[in-house]
Amino acid sequence: MAYDVNGTAVEHDEEGYITNLGEWSKELADVIAKAEEIEMDEEHWAVVNFLRDYYEEYQIAPAVRVLIKSIKKSMGPEVGNNKYMYELFPYGPAKQACKIAGLPKPTGCV
Amino acid sequence: MATLHTVNKSPFQNQTLLSCLQHTKSGDAVLLIEDGVYGATKGTALSDAVTGLSAGVKLYVLGSDLAARGIDVAKLGKDITSVDYAGFVDLVADHDRTQNWL
Amino acid sequence: MSEVKKFLYVNRKAPYGTIYAQESLEVVLIGAAFDQDVSMAFLDDGVFQLTKGQDTKEAGLKNFSPTFRALGDYEVTKLYVEQESLDERGLTLDDLQDIQYEDEDDDYAEKPSIIVVSRAGMADVMADQDVVLSF
Repeated sequence: MAYDVNGTAVEHDEEGYITNLGEWSKELADVIAKAEEIEMDEEHWAVVNFLRDYYEEYQIAPAVRVLIKSIKKSMGPEVGNNKYMYELFPYGPAKQACKIAGLPKPTGCV
Repeated sequence: MATLHTVNKSPFQNQTLLSCLQHTKSGDAVLLIEDGVYGATKGTALSDAVTGLSAGVKLYVLGSDLAARGIDVAKLGKDITSVDYAGFVDLVADHDRTQNWL
Repeated sequence: MSEVKKFLYVNRKAPYGTIYAQESLEVVLIGAAFDQDVSMAFLDDGVFQLTKGQDTKEAGLKNFSPTFRALGDYEVTKLYVEQESLDERGLTLDDLQDIQYEDEDDDYAEKPSIIVVSRAGMADVMADQDVVLSF
């Protein structure tokens, strides 16, 4: 199973998370988002970038409540709340955003 | 007929390193790998015992396993040498046999 | 709502030689979702898990030590470290990572998560729990 980024295949698992985290690119993020039926805008990117920074610093993808709490702190309560985050990522902000960010499935998600 | 001994267990967890050192012959080498590298630092409750049992034996540690565990080479006991993977291979080649203490 | 129970995760193994340390951390992160009072204890070789400067690139392992600094986000804010275990291994508090949490009840002030206790103090911590999980 693989995503097609301008003719290059990027392997992913059965749930759509990429296998090799080093293969992520912004172009790939757009391809994954399309597969998830998400139109990436500035807010989506802000969350995806936040997740990548979090992973870089702590080596884990945060659980959804940690993500929302942290986003609230860094970007304010109008973005960092359940309702808005689920509007951005209807199938779960942590799961879907992590997938687009090229990270593993969040620790603590089943 | 010298032997290269390898130890991969923490000396604080079991007796493997001390037993290994008690079974070495003069001219042997002991290479500490994985959690064995915790036996190479000075200023621990075991460093005197390790030094005392290593007379006539050359002690080495695998540098990548030291780095993984955040141990600076400056913390190594006296006369303990850090080697890389190529050095590991050289040690194996330079001895008549390798004995792994698991 | 069930009552909050005190959980202690006891860590006695070095970080990379076995999978215990990494598994413990993962279970703590997952378990943190259940709103219990979670603490971690580090004694014997478990104190090696918290050392700073771990660099696993050449050894080809995943360095999970930065994840301890995320525990505060998961409201795991009490990491008990045994003094005698540090002493025996030639370590001081200065050899450990600086792990902090933000205290929501105190204007998000950053406070240290690591609490150094004596062996007798660790016994008290253990005796004070509802559930003790060993790794």
